[in-house]
Amino acid sequence: MKKYDENVVLAIVLLLSMVLVAVDLLTTRDAHAEYGDVVINKYSEAAGMRPVVFPHWFHRVRFRCKVCHADLGFKFEAGGNEINMLKIIDGEYCGACHDGDLAWSVENCDLCHSGAPGTPTQVHESTLQKLVAPTGGKATE
Amino acid sequence: MIRIVSTTSTLAGSILLLAFVCLASTAVYAEWQTLKEDGLHDPLNPALQWLQNPGDALGRMPSDSAGNKVDWVRAFEDGYIRPRSSIHGEAEVKQLDTEIIMNDTGSLPRVMFPHKPHTRWLDCENCHEQIFKSKAGATPVTMSKILEGEYCGVCHGAVSFPLTECNRCHSVPLNGTAKSQ
Repeated sequence: MKKYDENVVLAIVLLLSMVLVAVDLLTTRDAHAEYGDVVINKYSEAAGMRPVVFPHWFHRVRFRCKVCHADLGFKFEAGGNEINMLKIIDGEYCGACHDGDLAWSVENCDLCHSGAPGTPTQVHESTLQKLVAPTGGKATE
Repeated sequence: MIRIVSTTSTLAGSILLLAFVCLASTAVYAEWQTLKEDGLHDPLNPALQWLQNPGDALGRMPSDSAGNKVDWVRAFEDGYIRPRSSIHGEAEVKQLDTEIIMNDTGSLPRVMFPHKPHTRWLDCENCHEQIFKSKAGATPVTMSKILEGEYCGVCHGAVSFPLTECNRCHSVPLNGTAKSQ
């Protein structure tokens, strides 16, 4: 068997490792957990509150789509539902669960109104958003 | 430095090191941005500490290459998640296990729509009759409409796997044996 210089082998392996790590660090940014996050800023900022961020991923772990989109009547459209705090307190929309029993209640303003100021209503990272504005605005950076 | 290892074991050690780095790199690749850094949440909001970071939940699920980097259909099928079918527990779920083939795809492979994974998540009325007619072929689906957020694009490209995943829908080769339904 041909003898290899162990230092050369080690150097090659280390170099390969560094390349792999570098590639990793560069590609990590592609992972967007917030794909599908809905920002709702129809009335929030006008009323002096941060926009709402609705994380689809968190909710679909716990509920099938039909629970909100069939049973509760949420339309499949960001900003397409006339949601306001009165309705929520009354048990409609988010208020069906966010009643202090199944999920946190409305006193916890900042938990839902958690978006960066100035973020418009949107489905974050949607294919359409990426096609229309590939370089992204504030919200897609 | 005293050489106590032979060339062979150095080689073996190197390969092990490389394997370790490769494994570690997969772990790094699967990382998700924290809420503080995702550009969507207000990093100054003190309540962020009470909210779950995506990686804490999604990092434990079957991985995917697009969207949330989670294979949601497999996560459900393999029992990683057990999403409720009604707010307070279980309700009857209408499941359908038929496949629809869409033939009018030009030079692209035909589209196969499987009802099964869709009916696990959705109710019939979510799609029928407003978005899609129940009769196969009666809905004028086009890619441009889908890209505008209609038909399949209501969910795909917004929350289900993105529209850049062409082959997942266009999955039946043109010279295949698929029959029109």
